[in-house]
Amino acid sequence: MAAIVDLTAAQAIERVGTDFSAAELFEAYRERAAADDLNAFTWVAEEAPAASDGPLTGVPLGVKDLFCTEGVPSQAGSRILEGYRPPYTATVVEQLAAAGAPLLGKTNQDEFAMGSSNENSAYGPVLNPWDRTRVPGGSSGGSAAAVAAGLVPWALGTDTGGSIRQPAALCGIVGMKPTYGAVSRYGMIAFASSLDQAGPLTRDVTDCALLFRHMTGDDPRDSTSLAFPGEATMPSAERLDGIRLGVPEELTGEGIEAGVLASFNETLKKAEQLGAVIEPCRLPHAPHGLSAYYVIAPAEASANLARFDGVRYGMRKDGAGDLISMYTDTRHDGFGAEVKRRILIGTYALSSGYYDAYYGRAQQVRTKIADDFREAFAKFDFVVTPTSPGVAFALGAKTADPLAMYLNDYCTVPMPLAGIPAISIPSGLSEGLPVGFQLAGPAFSEYRMMDAAYALEQAIAFDGSAVRA
Amino acid sequence: MPSYEPVIGLEIHVQLATRTKMFCGCELSFGEEPNTRCCPVCLGLPGALPVTNTEAIHYGLMIGMALGSEIAPTSIFHRKQYFYPDSPKAYQISQYDQPLNLGGRLGDVRIHRVHLEEDAAKLIHAGASGRIHGSDASVVDFNRCGTPLVEIVSEPDVRSAEQAREWLQLLRVTLRQLGVSDVNMEEGSLRCDANVSIRPSGATELGTKTELKNMNSFRFIERGINAEIARQTAVVGGGGEVTQETLHFDPRTERITSLRSKEEAHDYRYFPEPDLVPIAITEEMLERARAAMPELPAARAERLEAAGLASDSAQLLAFRQELGDHFEAALAAGEATPASLANWIVNEEAALRVEPAALATVVMMVEAREVSRESGVQVLAKLATDGGDPRAIVESEGLAAMGEGDELAPIVAAALEANPDVAEKLRGGDMKPVGVIVGHVMKETRGRADGKDVTRLVREQLGL
Repeated sequence: MAAIVDLTAAQAIERVGTDFSAAELFEAYRERAAADDLNAFTWVAEEAPAASDGPLTGVPLGVKDLFCTEGVPSQAGSRILEGYRPPYTATVVEQLAAAGAPLLGKTNQDEFAMGSSNENSAYGPVLNPWDRTRVPGGSSGGSAAAVAAGLVPWALGTDTGGSIRQPAALCGIVGMKPTYGAVSRYGMIAFASSLDQAGPLTRDVTDCALLFRHMTGDDPRDSTSLAFPGEATMPSAERLDGIRLGVPEELTGEGIEAGVLASFNETLKKAEQLGAVIEPCRLPHAPHGLSAYYVIAPAEASANLARFDGVRYGMRKDGAGDLISMYTDTRHDGFGAEVKRRILIGTYALSSGYYDAYYGRAQQVRTKIADDFREAFAKFDFVVTPTSPGVAFALGAKTADPLAMYLNDYCTVPMPLAGIPAISIPSGLSEGLPVGFQLAGPAFSEYRMMDAAYALEQAIAFDGSAVRA
Repeated sequence: MPSYEPVIGLEIHVQLATRTKMFCGCELSFGEEPNTRCCPVCLGLPGALPVTNTEAIHYGLMIGMALGSEIAPTSIFHRKQYFYPDSPKAYQISQYDQPLNLGGRLGDVRIHRVHLEEDAAKLIHAGASGRIHGSDASVVDFNRCGTPLVEIVSEPDVRSAEQAREWLQLLRVTLRQLGVSDVNMEEGSLRCDANVSIRPSGATELGTKTELKNMNSFRFIERGINAEIARQTAVVGGGGEVTQETLHFDPRTERITSLRSKEEAHDYRYFPEPDLVPIAITEEMLERARAAMPELPAARAERLEAAGLASDSAQLLAFRQELGDHFEAALAAGEATPASLANWIVNEEAALRVEPAALATVVMMVEAREVSRESGVQVLAKLATDGGDPRAIVESEGLAAMGEGDELAPIVAAALEANPDVAEKLRGGDMKPVGVIVGHVMKETRGRADGKDVTRLVREQLGL
């Protein structure tokens, strides 16, 4: 069965029904997922679902824990939702199941998607298949590690400040954060509602486009979703003639590891050889992205997480027998340190008398960043940066220093603040570890962006097969 | 002691009578089994998202139009955060600095704002008190959770408890006429808080206000506000100062107790609701709301008065929609004059239970003196219980008015004979006891005689 897991999802779809059945395909991955020693999965299906006649022909799907799946554990990596099995399924998971991509398993993540290393998980950390002493990135670390290690052909993640793109980069796979509103958020356990967006983590750009085209749509249950404008096309570009790439000096200078920068510049050269025009550009407010993000995201999170009190679902500590100690003990034991930190920051930022100075100001920065991108896209097709300032770091290396951890999001945070799509593709190795190359485009430019990423992917010819053995 | 003037502002919560809840597809609940009208959205389950009910916006626009508010082209929802078991998301989706409607006026009270929000779940406290303090346990019924609410905030234009009650009654009848709510205070579809302060008569600055929460009948509102005015007057009269706090009025004991002080006031940490897009009011939405607007009570009263009704009859028919509608139906169905028809509807409880056409006929027969007023009342009573044709009833019951001549004169003469002392007084010029004679004749004729005819015959026969 080794042959099956060597296939991308697109290749597997071609062969289902001739070389092997959908059930065999599912079982091949089910066995690998069940034997997962990266701690990438938190739950694995026990048997193949009924055959599907959707276009995705039964290629199994990994789903980040925070997507609600009916009757299946969905605890967003948190102790406080221990034992919770939702009575309904997230729209995007339903859509993909209907398209023929059934749920193989739920994947590990940072608690409530708060983290960049997958170390903030109630299930314990996920290991990076490239080096098991290192983190896979986060917060969609389980999805990224599982796809990289061939435990699943493709997976769903969510991106709030980089949570798809950064782990994709650190694990050597493709990850895309779509335009805000392109994919329904209904059934995604919320972290920061104005930023959260579901997206694909896949082995290559073709699979990314294939999965994404079945994820979009106007969901009547999510009023912030909208119909994806234009046609869904499969990527096929061989050249980048006439494509203008802007390189923002603010996101490509100080703080980027030398090996990452070298890979980034190497990729720019390849782009040039393919016909792209490369010029520096300015995103003057992008350096303030992190500060704005770490006000807005915790503020929204503080409201989204206030409902977890141990009464109606999830874990409950009885406390001293009275209501208040039940609440406090449940939250004390149920939330991890990073989640508590962000709830405190967010509650403070929204407090009477501080709102204007923090939340109001951060929203102004957010508008400025969106304006910066708008100006850049008047001149450039895409803005390109390294996805993450560094390669995968050692487990435990940054857990004591939240600010060092937050810097991982430096290059990925501006895009969700602007609501625009961005994709990370593997651009090579540094010190034997994968490096990610990020393209960001205007709202709803996903298919054009994937087309350009595809051309680069062919030129780079990254080989991740070693970690799927 | 100087005299004080109360200054009162009202905050009214109105449950909208939409089919479904404010942000989900659950149908509204009317006494169903607890927790049977709920879904992931109104239970605030992780991952669920709200979607605004367009019918609630429509009703909100109608209310805005009825109150003469300025309708915001764009309004947004905020999250109002508070942690309490009746709030499963730990925030209420409400409107804050960009409400649906701003300003307006109803009667002599200006409107500050009108906004949309969602109702909380219902807490039921088990135990003797029925209140949270001293209860053995509290259970939550989420059926009400997410019911659409409109909050109407008045300017502090009310000057007495009585005016507050009267104004609320006008607001209630206006909302009922709009058909946007059941407006039933006992059932909680209309709830009122009052902001009360006092100031020396003639002063223009406002005093420190207190907020009286959730009074659930018009009577309690009037009593509660009066009790609070008396309390504040006593505090200030005793040299003290009113402190800003939220109060509860207990109608059983007439006592006012503090719920929380200013220091204990919630910090709701409002911020724009990221799960909802702004409400953008289109010309189509405005057009639809305009087309749905019925005639409002104030306008109806004016129109009825212009049609010749006495002012208080016009008010009554306008403010009690069922009376007004019955009046208009009977007016259209027959040839009764508006003023006397209104008179009958206002004074005769049975009139409401008689078919409009039959009612119009009875009124017209009385007007034409075909039957006496007393007989008319009898016909009405018969019609109300058995139905039928008024003329046939007059016929079969022998209620046709008596001619004033031959038939009635001997009966009047007999009555005077039977009451010699009354006749004596009348002869002496004291007309007061004529009622005795009229009563006697009425009894003899079973009401068929006309009181005026009887009086005239008495004068005639006594040579007065």
